Amino acid sequence: MNDRLAVRKTYKLYVNGAFPRSESGRTYEVTDSRGHFLANAARASRKDARDAVVAARGAFGKWSGMTAYNRGQVLYRVAEVMEGRHTQFCAEVEAGEGLSGSKARAAVDAAIDRWVWYAGWTDKLGAVLGGSNPVAGPYFDFSIPEPTGVVAVLAPQQSSLLGLVSVLAPVLAAGNTAVVVTSKQRPLPAVTLGEVLATSDVPGGVVNLLTGDAEELGPWLAEHADVDGIDLTGAPAGRAMELEREAAGTVKRVVRPSATEPDWSTDPGLSRITPFLETKTVWHPIGV
Amino acid sequence: MSSPFQYAPAPESRSIVDIAPSYGLFIDGEFVDGTGEAFKTVNPATEEVLTEVSAGSAADVDRAVAAARRAFTRTWGPMRPADRGKYLFRIARLLQERAREFAVLESLDNGKPIRESRDVDIPLAAAHFFYHAGWADKLDFAGLGPNPRPLGVAGQVIPWNFPMLMLAWKVAPALATGNTVVLKPAETTPLTALLFAEICQQADLPPGVVNIVTGAGDTGRAVVEHGDVDKVAFTGSTEVGKSIARAVAGTRKSLTLELGGKAANIVFDDAPIDQAVEGIVQGIFFNQGHVCCAGSRLLVQENIHDEVIASLQRRIGTLRVGDPLDKNTDIGAINSAEQLARIRELSDYGEAEGANRWQPACDLPDRGYWFPPTVFTDVSPAHRIAREEVFGPVLSVLTFRTPDEAVAKANNSTYGLSAGIWTEKGSRILKIADQLRAGVVWANTFNKFDPTSPFGGYKQSGYGREGGRHGLTGYLKGVTHS
Amino acid sequence: MTHVLDPDALPDEARALMAPPPPYDDVTRSDAAFRAFLHGLPGVDQVGAEARVAMLGTRSIKTTAKAWAIDTAISMVDLTTLEGADTPGKVRSLATKAKRPDPGDPTAPQVAAVCIYGDLAGVAVETLAGTGIHVAAVATAFPSGRASRAVKIADVQDAVANGADEIDMVIDRGAFLSGRYLDVFEEIVAVKEACARPGQDPAHLKVILETGELVTLDNVRRASWLAMLAGGDFIKTSTGKISPAATLPVCLVMLEAVRDFRAATGRQIGVKPAGGIRTTKDAMKHLVLVNETAGPDWLTPDWFRLGASSLLNDLLLQRQKLRTGHYSGPDYVTVD
Repeated sequence: MNDRLAVRKTYKLYVNGAFPRSESGRTYEVTDSRGHFLANAARASRKDARDAVVAARGAFGKWSGMTAYNRGQVLYRVAEVMEGRHTQFCAEVEAGEGLSGSKARAAVDAAIDRWVWYAGWTDKLGAVLGGSNPVAGPYFDFSIPEPTGVVAVLAPQQSSLLGLVSVLAPVLAAGNTAVVVTSKQRPLPAVTLGEVLATSDVPGGVVNLLTGDAEELGPWLAEHADVDGIDLTGAPAGRAMELEREAAGTVKRVVRPSATEPDWSTDPGLSRITPFLETKTVWHPIGV
Repeated sequence: MSSPFQYAPAPESRSIVDIAPSYGLFIDGEFVDGTGEAFKTVNPATEEVLTEVSAGSAADVDRAVAAARRAFTRTWGPMRPADRGKYLFRIARLLQERAREFAVLESLDNGKPIRESRDVDIPLAAAHFFYHAGWADKLDFAGLGPNPRPLGVAGQVIPWNFPMLMLAWKVAPALATGNTVVLKPAETTPLTALLFAEICQQADLPPGVVNIVTGAGDTGRAVVEHGDVDKVAFTGSTEVGKSIARAVAGTRKSLTLELGGKAANIVFDDAPIDQAVEGIVQGIFFNQGHVCCAGSRLLVQENIHDEVIASLQRRIGTLRVGDPLDKNTDIGAINSAEQLARIRELSDYGEAEGANRWQPACDLPDRGYWFPPTVFTDVSPAHRIAREEVFGPVLSVLTFRTPDEAVAKANNSTYGLSAGIWTEKGSRILKIADQLRAGVVWANTFNKFDPTSPFGGYKQSGYGREGGRHGLTGYLKGVTHS
Repeated sequence: MTHVLDPDALPDEARALMAPPPPYDDVTRSDAAFRAFLHGLPGVDQVGAEARVAMLGTRSIKTTAKAWAIDTAISMVDLTTLEGADTPGKVRSLATKAKRPDPGDPTAPQVAAVCIYGDLAGVAVETLAGTGIHVAAVATAFPSGRASRAVKIADVQDAVANGADEIDMVIDRGAFLSGRYLDVFEEIVAVKEACARPGQDPAHLKVILETGELVTLDNVRRASWLAMLAGGDFIKTSTGKISPAATLPVCLVMLEAVRDFRAATGRQIGVKPAGGIRTTKDAMKHLVLVNETAGPDWLTPDWFRLGASSLLNDLLLQRQKLRTGHYSGPDYVTVD
């Protein structure tokens, strides 16, 4: 240890590829698991959420229009950059979640590995989830998975990096763009992930990270007419039903939360990809 | 001009159906009296009352769900999958054997032409059972994960436009995956579902596996909101679909919704024009336009607009509107007075907002609910008839100049159920199909359906798929696809 | 593509005389222009066309409509014999049948024409004198059309000289399939000229496309337009010597072509499916197709013919059934 005074980081939002403060000017105090001050995080407002949806919608065409191979490489690049920030992630997870150093390392390792796992899915989904349909007539008929669109994600409140990656990466692998409300008490790894995203090849607007309160932002996103789906995994206790009702107003695809936060170390399968995929079926006559 | 070749009436015989003066509910393998107030169902082509049908009360629904739960726990759930499949094969065969009876009954109760009930609805319904029968003992191979398991009791609410076909779309996959069913047919078209109950009896299907509770919105609500239902499947309007999504929010119930649409049918200047015109006609006038995936917005490239409209009008002039039981009828009756009023209201709006209404000269019967095939030209995207689902034989014509404009206009809708593309250029088909936000894209064809082919919408047209491997997932748990 | 100089090709001034009707009078100005025009016609989606005729095939024609349709179909028959073994006796017997198809029922209408080889046209003309029944002769090296143009023209002139008032020619399918559309066009024009009859209207020209060899419906549409532009009075599906012969999708496309051609030029062209139409049900399907595609204007023998032989007896049996109320049998119609 030297006695150099550290340069602290200002933790801001990540919206449309930039790092703005909240338009509301609000921040809130983030502490470690023992209550010591860590940072003043930006407290996103409904207008920040609105801007994030606009950014996500704007990025959807480019992101979903990329070849699956290209999208896979871009996502893999994120994991590469995450690996370079390993120490920083460990420190943030350790402080925020109150984990031992080895457990924090294990969580960060798992998070990076999970990102890699999802990066490899992009160009398999079409084959695994699509196919040709042997209709009873002279038609070629095939079904392919396509991304739903703009997905709002209420990230897990407990698992600040592994949990976040576990809900965000599948949304992106499917070709959606995301507006994420991070863990309220443990937002710092999410902001660092934003810095990773900004310095990898993910186009601005594909991922938008809002630090703040899902209680406050959730209803705006659930009701937002230009949001196509919502993952309620990190919904505040007792609020999920209400958010699902609000989401029903525009027939959003909804992932309900489980009673307690899932064990993120288990194999997720496709269960977090398919809710935000549509199936498109195309018919064409077969003739000469 | 009037043709010297006037087709004489060719009515399908009604004697094949035997409609009882009243019907109860089908619960636990038997017909029982409902405790709600009975309602009448009419032939929309004549306004003749066909019969009286019980309305299921909440208590009746409760009995039906209890029967379905018992059957799930004791018979259907534990049954060998191969045997479940055999029951479904039996049902498919029984439907084929009694196809003509079902077709006539469907046309009487719904108003659709016998040609369509005979050649489309009923054969496809049988095909759905036949297809899903084969899945019953092959779910492990569906690529849906290592241990697919049924959800339990499925509550299903279906619409009046394809009563028997929608029943098949709901019941066949539910049973094939090991679930039991409480189904509520539409208020105005309950009869084929009740005849299907007889099929279940003839097939010796164990009691409680299929329960049919007739009634209106309250009965449907009781099914959807019942606490012991594990799965809700609904086909109908977007408005009701939203209320159902609200009702199941926060529960364990899995939900699939197949809702409304406002499909764009895009015709490029290099299209096979005669087939495109057929496709436009088939797209909007099939089943009187009572089709959620109807091609109700014709997007025609501006440089062929006049030619296409002239061909279309000439072709529409040959459509035969009238007695649904006449084998030569192309367009039958509007299903209900209520629906007719809505079609009239939206059409009047269309005119008031400045679009041009065109209808062929056609004699409509004096009694019954009728609306002539209608084309609106000079429609702007801001008109209500360009945005709202009319659910009737009303086509709105818009134009475009470039492929980008066609796609932008096609996608400019809160719906996303289906779309059509007409062009002889293969690469253009694939590009446009890729860009359209719709669950079913028909290229150089329209309104084709098959049990192997997943059907369902994007956006506010709903979620979940019916048909094919994808359709199984809505009735299973433990699968990697949700 | 360069137009290969053909010793039989017409000089420019002759070509000017045979220009198609407006607005298409310049489309044959060059091979390239003609090709561009024919390939610019809208494509035909085979599956869609088949679906359309399948739907029309479900039309149920009963009672009074059936009676009208049977008599109309009989009156549209080109009663045909085109065998190597044909003799004057055979042609006389056919022509006799044409005049009075049902010996037991004078109300049965007579047919539109007899269709025979040109060398026997005189026999038919003699037998049919004064009946109004036309004598159609196949010509132009029927059925293959593989002969020099001079031979084909001579064939036509011979048939006309023998008294045929309708000529059923075959197009040069080889030329068509290899893209020499102007050659095919010019040959039809030349045959049309050979149909001239001094002091009378020229013999009616039916142009046989032999659609079974053209294979695709796109080709059927192009060949139909080519034949109409060249001045054919009728377009006809087939020789009857190639399978498939007349099919409903082919007939649909040809009916669309004559419909569109009249809309554009004001000239009405007739359609004749031939070969493979054997039953009353087949004939009904064709009449429905005419009624709902080209329209009622085509529902007369002037504009629609059925090239057939055994069809006539089946129509007569069905006619007897309608009149008597019981089923008839083959002993109640004549074997000719």
